[in-house]
Amino acid sequence: MTLIALNNLTKKYGGVIANNDITFKVDKGEIHALLGENGAGKSTLVKMIYGLVQPDIGTMMLDGESFAPTDPRASRVRGIAMVFQHFSLFEALSVAENIALGMENPPKTDALSNQIRDVSLKYGLMLDPNRLVGNLSVGERQRVEIIRCLLQDPKLLIMDEPTSVLTPQEVDALFTTLRRLRDEGTSILYISHKLEEIRTLCNRATILRHGKVIGICIPKNETAKSMAEMMVGSKLKTPQKTITNFGLPLLIVKDLSLRSTDPFGTSLKDITFTIRAGEVMGVAGVAGNGQDELMLALSGEVLTKANSIQLEDNFIGQTGPVERRLQGLLTAPEERLGHAAAPEMNLSENTLISGFQRQKLGRRGFVNKLGAAAFAEKIIEKFDVRTISVGSAAKSLSGGNLQKFVMGREILQDPKVFIVNQPTWGVDAAAAAFIRQALLELALGGAGVLVISQDLDELMEISDTFTVISEGRLSAPRPIKGVTTETIGLLMGGSKEI
Amino acid sequence: MIRLEPRTNPSQAMIILTPILAVLATMVVGGILFVTLGKNPFEAIRMIFWDPLLGEHAFYYRGQILVKAAPLIMIALGLSFGFRAGIWNIGAEGQFIMGAVIGGATGLALYPLNSFIVFPLMIVMGALGGFLWAMIPAFLKIRFNANEILVSLMLVYVAFNFLIGMVTGPLRNPDGFNFPESRSFQDFPAAHNPELWAGTGIHLGVLFTLGFVILAYIMITRHIFGFNVRLAGQAPRAAKFAGVSPNKMIAICLGLSGALAGMAGLFEVTGPAGKLTTTFPLGYGFTAIIVAFLGRLHPIGILLAGLLMAVTYVGGDIIQSQLSLPKASIQVFQGMLLFFLLAVDVLVNFRLRISKRNSK
Amino acid sequence: MDISIVSLLATLIVAATPILLAATGELIVEKSGVLNLGVEGMMIIGAICGFIAAVNTDSPLIGFIVAALAGAALSLLFAVLTQYLLANQVASGLALTLFGLGLSALLGHRYSGIRPPSSPKMEWFGMAELPVVGPIFFNHDMMVYFSIFLVLMVWVFLKFTRGGLVLRAVGENHDAAHALGYKVIRIRILAIMFGGACAGMGGAYLSLVRVPQWTEGMTAGAGWIALAIVVFASWKPWRLILGAYLFGGVTILQLNLQANGFDMPVSYLSMAPYLVTIVVLVIMSSDRTRASLNAPASLGKIFHASS
Repeated sequence: MTLIALNNLTKKYGGVIANNDITFKVDKGEIHALLGENGAGKSTLVKMIYGLVQPDIGTMMLDGESFAPTDPRASRVRGIAMVFQHFSLFEALSVAENIALGMENPPKTDALSNQIRDVSLKYGLMLDPNRLVGNLSVGERQRVEIIRCLLQDPKLLIMDEPTSVLTPQEVDALFTTLRRLRDEGTSILYISHKLEEIRTLCNRATILRHGKVIGICIPKNETAKSMAEMMVGSKLKTPQKTITNFGLPLLIVKDLSLRSTDPFGTSLKDITFTIRAGEVMGVAGVAGNGQDELMLALSGEVLTKANSIQLEDNFIGQTGPVERRLQGLLTAPEERLGHAAAPEMNLSENTLISGFQRQKLGRRGFVNKLGAAAFAEKIIEKFDVRTISVGSAAKSLSGGNLQKFVMGREILQDPKVFIVNQPTWGVDAAAAAFIRQALLELALGGAGVLVISQDLDELMEISDTFTVISEGRLSAPRPIKGVTTETIGLLMGGSKEI
Repeated sequence: MIRLEPRTNPSQAMIILTPILAVLATMVVGGILFVTLGKNPFEAIRMIFWDPLLGEHAFYYRGQILVKAAPLIMIALGLSFGFRAGIWNIGAEGQFIMGAVIGGATGLALYPLNSFIVFPLMIVMGALGGFLWAMIPAFLKIRFNANEILVSLMLVYVAFNFLIGMVTGPLRNPDGFNFPESRSFQDFPAAHNPELWAGTGIHLGVLFTLGFVILAYIMITRHIFGFNVRLAGQAPRAAKFAGVSPNKMIAICLGLSGALAGMAGLFEVTGPAGKLTTTFPLGYGFTAIIVAFLGRLHPIGILLAGLLMAVTYVGGDIIQSQLSLPKASIQVFQGMLLFFLLAVDVLVNFRLRISKRNSK
Repeated sequence: MDISIVSLLATLIVAATPILLAATGELIVEKSGVLNLGVEGMMIIGAICGFIAAVNTDSPLIGFIVAALAGAALSLLFAVLTQYLLANQVASGLALTLFGLGLSALLGHRYSGIRPPSSPKMEWFGMAELPVVGPIFFNHDMMVYFSIFLVLMVWVFLKFTRGGLVLRAVGENHDAAHALGYKVIRIRILAIMFGGACAGMGGAYLSLVRVPQWTEGMTAGAGWIALAIVVFASWKPWRLILGAYLFGGVTILQLNLQANGFDMPVSYLSMAPYLVTIVVLVIMSSDRTRASLNAPASLGKIFHASS
């Protein structure tokens, strides 16, 4: 029995066709996957179902009746609920207040708190209605979002990349909840690019590529590889990894502790590790466990005890980013626009951010504009950055291309140690493979590389050594051989109760 | 339905057009305002914009333009760096006053010493006075995270009261008639800032201002400090990543704007104003903020905006005497100018799109 | 020494009322995530428009109503600039202040030296006759009590109503609020207009009750003090009263000391309220964690709905 049917939906943004003549159905009591790479059109499609955006062409039918919501409220009224990838939560407000804000006609506070407690017990999503959301872990925040949806008694629950922030144990718990909902008759539209999960969880999958429906399949009958090929449309390049002997220690971090200044941040506790020449160390961990704080401490944006961080023979804990760069320690933060690059400035100027001193793009404080432009050209060429010119604003580049630019800017400065946080987040498959290859080549050339990533597959592929960051602590680094997803999951779970 | 669509790259054409559009819009709406006051709008607009430059008595007015423009430009140049970095010094008026008081007091303390060293020393002390006064909000922001807008503003009133205290007390002219004012600098040649070429209004401060315009231009376009200031304002996290120390930025920007405001105050009190009085502050510190924005925080823009503002000041005097309108009517004009500039500024980064409502 | 504590406290309340009114309005504005530096401009426009209306209709009540409408109308300019045209909030607020000061001087040109109709004191069943508490609490005009009532209403609104919850959400995270379907821009514009109306009434209180007369630039920085008080109050309504009375207290004390021939130059005493505000500001801001938890997280950030 069809719950929702989309017919010939088309949506254009300027010259770009985000969704092109999309037709598919979701049945009642079904978990239906929406599969596709970044930029395939999943978000736009879902925004149309949820009423945030209206289609240019096409119609929708819900429960046999015409469905054309003009805003999220209209969707919610008809029984559609959505859990976004980026939560719509208010940190300074309580769980109950947050949930009330996501509901049409919320009951009075006391009644609402009771309802929250009931639902959380029923579905195994433990939450205290009075806690401030800012104090919750990421997994707990997702529960707030889910409960907010469940209290509306939805017919269709849309989940957008729900597991990218969860530990393996939390993923299992979520899947149990979703299956329970499905058995009770709720349909779930599950957006993801994680193929193994879709094979485990979903009844059917619709695959999008470049805004079109490529096919509909039954995941259990497919392999991850066959689905990946449908998604990307071409064979993926796998990076080559050759085992090397590691050289001298380049970066020695010892008992690095840092109190977080942000009330909702994570403090670092006694972080200790060493990176040797030619070594790639992978740091796994769910977002919000201290990755940002660790990056800031290593880049020099936040100062620590002098001898906590040692670069070759120098204690650099008290030196700033410029000095560290001159000594050969380069970093690339997670946030591309706004942190690694200035969105409004052009690519030529963006080279100055990390390259002014080390790349000698100036003399006595005066900027060498031609030199900066030349460096930017070099980056664009060597790292295959698709852009109109060095004069383009950083924000005009696509996510993948900007990431290539940022990586290129650092890697072409020939670092001794390179530290990167989420190197391929939000990047299309081809660019991601390119970046991973660049990292491997960097290590082959004798540099020490630290990769912090939420993508376990990525880390398995490129790391020599492996560690997990959880609640500000780092597990003892171990060789990658023999590390399984189960051990990783337990390490990432840390002290969280299951 | 009118929508704003972001441009991927800022429109170069609009950057030049928008100030012109703003001026035109101000003239139109201002003209309407004059009509409601019962005055001929074309005559009034002419008096404000044309007469000061090329009218009958322009030879007198032109001098006035430079006199009024120089302090506005000098202060606005200093402010522009901070504003670009997101550091809001709203207390330039207070720094202006303190520069005048401290620089002026230095000179008066040396009276009647007739040495070439007196005036340069006063300039330095004037800059120092403004600098120190601006370092108060800087220090409080760095150390205590206190909002510099409010602190610098409160200090304006403190500075004003300090001025009154000084001219009614320690700095009161001993040879005067017990008026609340200091000795006139015109009686003290070594400390006087005279008009260098009769009728032009050009005094030493004007020359200094011109020099600062050039320096600021070089700084903002070619020096890494200019880059860092822009970066800090546009992408603070990227600035930290680049190694820009936010505290240093705060101190330098506030200190710089304070020093320039203080220097402007010193030039003003030893030149056009002539002496320290209770009515010495003319609001230049606040108007300079407007000039900074009108000039899009760019040195050349500030030069032009300062001249434009000065023209409107002189024009305001003209309409006051010729049309018997209150002096304040020109402030309405100036406020409108800023309003319109802020309004049309959106076209630099966004384009207007008129779309039909979606059909179902 | 001839200072009566009782009359001191009574005058204090009157002195504090204009800034309390303006600060209450600005609190709502800032709770929605907008920083409006144009409070001074809106206050003075309210002062002159209320004055003109009251003089011409011989009714202070109409004066206050007109003042509220004038303040709201002027704030609408700021709202359009910052919410639709995405202009910088600091610059827009300053433009508003400049424009307001100029416009008010222009409108008030012929009104200096005129006495407005007086505002009657409210009757509290003869409680004004009580010793000590009588003159302090029960012998004021309607607006004093209205200002307290307004704080109460704002507190109830923010804490107990859905509208208040939505407002707080918008100020906390405007992107999330937009994603949930709330009309961020509309809510902010309403908040800005409320702030304008309150500032307008505060200004009118100066010209109609406190002084009472019209003079060019008569707000003399009261709008800026109101801004400081919102921070002092950590964006909590009841603390506004504390802040406003503290400032009123310092001003009155200083005036009284002057009048009683204290041997300190007048101008240094006049500095006192401003210095006190700085000290208070520093104390409140220096506790970074608490300040950041109380300040609406979206304060001052530009919101552009991307769909």
